[in-house]
Order: sequence, then C-alpha cells, then structure tokens
Amino acid sequence: MPLADQAPPRASKGATKTAGPTSWIEQIPAAWWAAVLVLLAMPLVANNFWLFQVMGWTFILGMIAVSLTFLAGYGGMVSLLQMSIAGLAGYMVAILGPSGTTSISLGLSWWIVLPAAFLIAAIFATLSGALAVRTEGIYTIMITLAIAAAFFYFTRQNYTIFNGYSGFNLVLPPRLFGIDWRDPTAFYYLCLGCAALCYGTVVYVSRSPFGLALQGVRDNPRRMAALGFNVTAHRVAAHAFASIFASMGGILLVWQNAQIAPGTIGISSAIDVLVVAVVGGMRRPLGAFVGAFIYVMLQTFSPDVLGAFGFSAERFKLIIGIGFLAVVLFSPDGVMGLWDRWRARVARRVDPLTGQPR
Amino acid sequence: MSLSTVNERPGQMNTGNALELRGITKMFGALAAIADVTLSVRPGERRAVLGSNGAGKTTLFNCITGDFPATAGIIRFFGEDVTAFPPYERIRRGLRRTYQISSLFAGLSVLDNVYLACRGVSRNRYSLLRPRSDDALIHAAEMLVEAVQLTAVKDRLVGELAYGQQRQLEIALAMSGAPRFILFDEPAAGLSPTERRDLVTILTSLPAHIGYIVIEHDMDVALRVVESVTMMHNGRVFKEGKPSEIEDDPEVQELYLGGGHG
Repeated sequence: MPLADQAPPRASKGATKTAGPTSWIEQIPAAWWAAVLVLLAMPLVANNFWLFQVMGWTFILGMIAVSLTFLAGYGGMVSLLQMSIAGLAGYMVAILGPSGTTSISLGLSWWIVLPAAFLIAAIFATLSGALAVRTEGIYTIMITLAIAAAFFYFTRQNYTIFNGYSGFNLVLPPRLFGIDWRDPTAFYYLCLGCAALCYGTVVYVSRSPFGLALQGVRDNPRRMAALGFNVTAHRVAAHAFASIFASMGGILLVWQNAQIAPGTIGISSAIDVLVVAVVGGMRRPLGAFVGAFIYVMLQTFSPDVLGAFGFSAERFKLIIGIGFLAVVLFSPDGVMGLWDRWRARVARRVDPLTGQPR
Repeated sequence: MSLSTVNERPGQMNTGNALELRGITKMFGALAAIADVTLSVRPGERRAVLGSNGAGKTTLFNCITGDFPATAGIIRFFGEDVTAFPPYERIRRGLRRTYQISSLFAGLSVLDNVYLACRGVSRNRYSLLRPRSDDALIHAAEMLVEAVQLTAVKDRLVGELAYGQQRQLEIALAMSGAPRFILFDEPAAGLSPTERRDLVTILTSLPAHIGYIVIEHDMDVALRVVESVTMMHNGRVFKEGKPSEIEDDPEVQELYLGGGHG
C-alpha cells in the first residue's frame, strides 16, 4: 500500500501493493467479517466464565502483548517491561482511586485517576526506555528485565505507597452510564472495544510517519540518522507510545481481578508477555491477540487435561514452555507466520493467470 | 551524543564556504585513517575526491556527516561549527550523503523510502497521523522519484529493485528536502555504461546552488561532473586542482592511475 493510499487499518503487512478505487470496506476480507461477527455475538451463547475469565483475560493479555509487539516488531526493541508498565497503571488506579485499602487509596474520581494512571505509566516507560534504548539486543532484554525485577521487589517491600505483599483489593471500575462494568457481558464488550482500539491504533500508526520511521530505525538506524532522524529520541518515543496499550491492559486487569498485588507483575508474568507475543508472532499486531488466546486456553484448560493424567495443575507452564520451544524452532514468526505460510501454499495451488485450481 | 540547540544557529560566521574542514583526523586505535585533512569547498562548488582504496575517502565522508565523529579537527558547514553535532543535526542543516553500498529500507516501497527521507528533514517526524494523498511531502517524494526515473516502480519494495535502480534511489534520498551540499560515495559503482550516462545527467542537472563532493573511481564520470579535484593518499590531501591539471599530473598518474590508465 503506498503512503498515498488513505485506506484505514487493515490486516495487511506493512507494504502491500493493493491500490485503486475500491472502498476500504470492500478491502476487508470475508474472514474478518466472520471474526467480528463471532466476537460481537459471543455473549449470546457463551457463559459468564468464558466471557469474563477466558475472553477478558485474552483481550487484556493481548493488549499488554501488543505493546511489546509494537516495540519489538516495528522497533526491533524487545522489552520485558510491558507487564510492569501495565502493573504500574493498575497500581495507580488502586492508589489514586477508591479501594479496600482506605488508609492508602486517595479515592479520587475516575476522570482524574485514569488520565493520571496513563500519564504516570508513560513517564515510567519513557524513563526506563531512555535507559534501555542505548543498548542493543540481549542487553535491552537484560536491562528491562532488571528494571522489571526491581519494580516487582519494590512493590513487595514498599508499604507506604504500594501496600507491600498484600497490595490492594476491592478495586472496582466506576459505574459509568449506570452500567456495572464488572458484569461479565459488559466487561467482555469493554475489553473487546479496548482491544480493538489498541489493535486498530497499532495498525494505523504503523503506516504513519512515526511508525514508518520506527521501522526505518529498526532496519537501519545509521541511515535514519543520515536522513535527519534522531534515532535515540525516536526509540524513546516508541517506548512512551507503546505504554498506552500496556496501561490500558493493566487498568482492565486490575478491574477484572478487583485487586492488584506484586504477584501480578512478577518476573514470570513479564516473561509470559514475551512468550505470548512470540507464540502469536511479532510481525503483525494480530499475533499478540492470537498468542494471548492460545496462552489463556492452555492456562485455563490444560490443568484438567494434566489432572486426568495425574499431573499437578501447575504443570501447564510445561506445556506452554514446550509450545514456545516448538514455535521458536519451527516458526520463528509465530502462529501468524504458520498461518501466512499455509495461506501462501493454498494460493500457490491456484493458477495465477486463470484463478482456477491447478 | 551531545545535545545541541536545534533552532538557534550560533556561530553562523560567514566564511563564504559551504564546507570547511580544518585538520580533520580520524584515528581507529593507533591507525590514522585520515590525518590533518584541511579542505574548503565554496557554495555550489562540485568537487571530486580521488584516491586509491584505503586513502581515507569514505572515512572523510563519515567525519563530515558525523557517522563516525572526527578524532580531531573542526568542521564548519556554511560557517557554522558542526564538529560536535550528531549526524541528524548536520542533515537537518542541508547536508546529505549517499552510501557506497546502498543503504536503503528494503522492506519499504520506493515511495516510502523517499517519503521517509523527506520527512526526516521536515517537521512532524513524530506524527501519528497517516499522510493524506495530497500531502505536500508525498508530492515532493513523487517528484524526486520522477527525477531519478523510478516512477514506474514507485510502489515496489526496494528489496525487489535491480541494483542500478537502488543506486538511483540512493541519490533520490540524498536530494530530499532542501539540500545545500551532498556527498556522493561512489555513485557509479556497479552501474552499466547506460546507467552511468544517466548518472552524469542527474548530477550535472542538479540546481546550481547545490554543491557536492563525489568519490568516484571512474574518471570518465568523475571528471565530467566536477570543477575541482582533491587527491588523497594514505589519509592525507595529496594534491588539489582542476580536473585537467590532476589528470595530467605525472605524480598523480604514477600514484593513482598506475601504468594501466588509457
């Protein structure tokens, strides 16, 4: 798609070559309409557990993972900080807004709390990003892991702000428009809407000057500097921008659990975000959500399967670990990469001239 | 990376030169890739830098753009001391360069590559809004693509282009925005005779106020597109003069052209 094309977000890779007078609605493949329909109609058939726990957690995890996909896929920066950023935003909602821990929580109203949570998380992301972008590859992973670990232990040991080990409970979403947003159906649509917003934003921004330049910085930082771009500043800005998606996920997460504690943002959670993004595939933002769905399905249902074979339910991480290994070994661009290759193979069976099967 | 004022332009002394190098030295460990290079180029002047492999020509370019900062010496760009500036600050002031080995964004289309170059030297580098089809920079990018005769492939991915087309795209990137001075690093390398003729046309038809330095081994190209020549040898300036003087200089012939010329 050339830049001149005004087509809005679609599930396309960075630069395809479709152009022409067709309206953007016609360019959306039928599979997308089907997926949208299934997602919108799901509350009609699914039970509350499925809507609230499975799908809610899928969307939330997907939002946190898509912030990593944005950084890693478009910016080439693998950060393990996204769960900490989500957690900080969640903590801010608990600390600034109302919670069961009245001695700490300020009980401010939502229209102050939410912008403040996003802002504080963005400041945290910017500062830690500024540290991380001066490193490359494995060192970026190490430094972000170090910051994530430091933040985890800080929240666990600090009782004046973060209430230490027990964290905050009874953190509930505001009753906006008279709706109880923790009602499974309402929460499902809230998460679906936020996830769609995050996904659409990432796809849209990937073709904006900022997103294009970020991909340029990923591919050839030296040349970008020779084109007038401040590579360091651009990378830091990407960290700040990606924090929006993680924060959104973190705020929904604290509402879903009605509580937040250091366990939410532990090292294993930080790594899980990376696993989710890699399993889904980092080349496309949709991969984050696909990876999240696979992760949540395994997390939710593998204990039953494992239990049937006499294993402990905790062993589901073993399955995820094996799956992760398999993906890294056989499809480095994740499940979405597998899907792309399968599609390409199907397309090859069709004669390119006649459109008929060979 | 040093921080510098973006909009103020202190030390804007008018020495009358587009580019002025004083005692530029670049050490790699104990090895001086270039040593004590002093050079001045007038605005609009076109100059060739010649020299055998390892003479320090590309290192000189890297020092001028700041890709590798100089170990010692002063660089003035249109009178302004840019020695301590990071590359992007120098580029924003109108300096451009091409690379000897094409340095492009293979995963982006031709138009996107040029658009990025135009965006880099304009405002709103951080814009989150997609450009409209009537965006002035899109238009500028299309003009540049036209100027290097790549309009037919403007939506193709750069990785799919033929080598000669990639070289042309390199030049388009260097012409983005409002360049005041361009450094061409072996623009003719690997081009066919026809493509070389096109290159000469592109270089000679650049607006008169745009000066450049070109590193080029092909004397037929180099001496047709410049009015002055600097010979480098072992990291030092060896000789300066008009193309005809350099061509006829016996020392130069011995050093650079060897016995095999002609």
